[in-house]
Amino acid sequence: MRNQRVAGPALGLAGILLFLLVWEVVARAGIVDQRFLPPASEVLVTFFGNLIEPGFYQAVGETMLAWAIGLAISTVAAVVIGLIIGSSSFLSKATYSTIEFLRPIPSVALIPLAVLLFGVRIESSLMLIIYASFWQVLLQVLYGVADVDPVAENTAKSYGLGPLARARYVIWPTVLPYLMTGLRLASAVALILAITAELIIVSRGLGYQIALSQSGGAISEMYALVLATGLIGVIINLAMRFIERKTLSWHSSIRSEVVA
Amino acid sequence: MSLLKRAGYFFGLPVLLIIMWWALTLGGTNFFVPTPEALAKTFWEVWAGERFVTDFLPSIMRLFVGLVATIVLGIGLGILIGSIRWLRSLTEPILEFFRAIPPPVLVPLFMLLIGINDQMKILVIISGAIWPVLLNTVEGVRAVDEVLNDTSRTYGIHGFSRLRYLVLPAASPQIMAGVRQSLSIGLILMVISEMFGSSSGLGFTIVLFQRTFAIPEMWSGIAVLGLIGIALSLISKGIERKVLRWYHGLKEVQRDS
Repeated sequence: MRNQRVAGPALGLAGILLFLLVWEVVARAGIVDQRFLPPASEVLVTFFGNLIEPGFYQAVGETMLAWAIGLAISTVAAVVIGLIIGSSSFLSKATYSTIEFLRPIPSVALIPLAVLLFGVRIESSLMLIIYASFWQVLLQVLYGVADVDPVAENTAKSYGLGPLARARYVIWPTVLPYLMTGLRLASAVALILAITAELIIVSRGLGYQIALSQSGGAISEMYALVLATGLIGVIINLAMRFIERKTLSWHSSIRSEVVA
Repeated sequence: MSLLKRAGYFFGLPVLLIIMWWALTLGGTNFFVPTPEALAKTFWEVWAGERFVTDFLPSIMRLFVGLVATIVLGIGLGILIGSIRWLRSLTEPILEFFRAIPPPVLVPLFMLLIGINDQMKILVIISGAIWPVLLNTVEGVRAVDEVLNDTSRTYGIHGFSRLRYLVLPAASPQIMAGVRQSLSIGLILMVISEMFGSSSGLGFTIVLFQRTFAIPEMWSGIAVLGLIGIALSLISKGIERKVLRWYHGLKEVQRDS
């Protein structure tokens, strides 16, 4: 048993090394044109070189700023709207068809509209990020409110808890695990949209740097930036999982259900 | 609930919103927002004619090919990785990394490696949309019920029959959840890949409309994308209901008891 536990991460590390090795060999052997696929070692050198460049951090900062603002706005809006809709059976029935209709509309469909309304400003990114991540959170909040135990709700009512107290002590704890799941999904989506917006519309941030280095022929720089976006994605995933575990430490049974 | 009441709930808000939209654009002064009837007219004019063949169909074909390849590859690789323990440990970190890369950044990369053509777009769709299917299949295969697993082994069920009657059905709820996510990612990537370097397709056309300030046409393009998104979600719901009927039934029984 212990052997396996050690073997897991070691094999994973071996997998990463193997991948880098194959990449290196494919590039060096010229199976793919070296102008388009530089060897892994070169990309890694560029990547670590970036880590001491202030410009790199500026681009990361711009991307993460749009990400954070967009995620915050959409989360607050989705929680408020979700709680209002969810706690009224009339509203949830009346809005169901509209939500189901708007939700699958791909956020990239709004790109031309964002360009038209905001041009190359950060608001364009925000519009896409907010639209895309809003639905992720809203749906989870609605599921969460629907999951509130009627017995607990009625008990709270008969103990004379007002609407605000009920929201705080009955509804909120039930919704929280769902909300965390929604937040985790939304944070990944928001990163995708932030970078997409920079690639196509907004001239700042990591996405813009990638487009720039591609058109400028700085190919190993481009690969290094793609590597960086992947790592940011991994970090966001890990951070969200960590926050989820911390916030829901009191709620282990429901947490395991949500994760599965 | 009576049928009338249900119809009221279903159509009430959408109708209200359209009336509001109509009332707000009645003066026809806003340059950015067309009136509902202008949009409907443009929609018909733009998409029922030549563009249906030159832009709509190619996009749909790329999306379809990309998604089918995604699902087949994702389930195939997922079963392979999920059933072999050392392979799973070997690939886990690298797969987590690739999943975390925002798929749109692969568009410039593939443009270099493959050039601007249909293969590039299909590859972009596959490389972005495969992760939910792949990782969910791995998880689903790994979580096959131990008792069922041992039972089938005792009965000497191996190879293909084991796959067909034990592994695939057991993993199917998770696989379907992955497929559903993949469909919407695939659509997004189709549009993005066409916005970049292309001379046909929905993404290209919509950006063209926007750049030439053909506002009602642009809105009609947005509507087309929305409709495709809705159609995809309906299709996936339909398939899911069919494939997972036993599963939902099982859940209901468990909930009642």
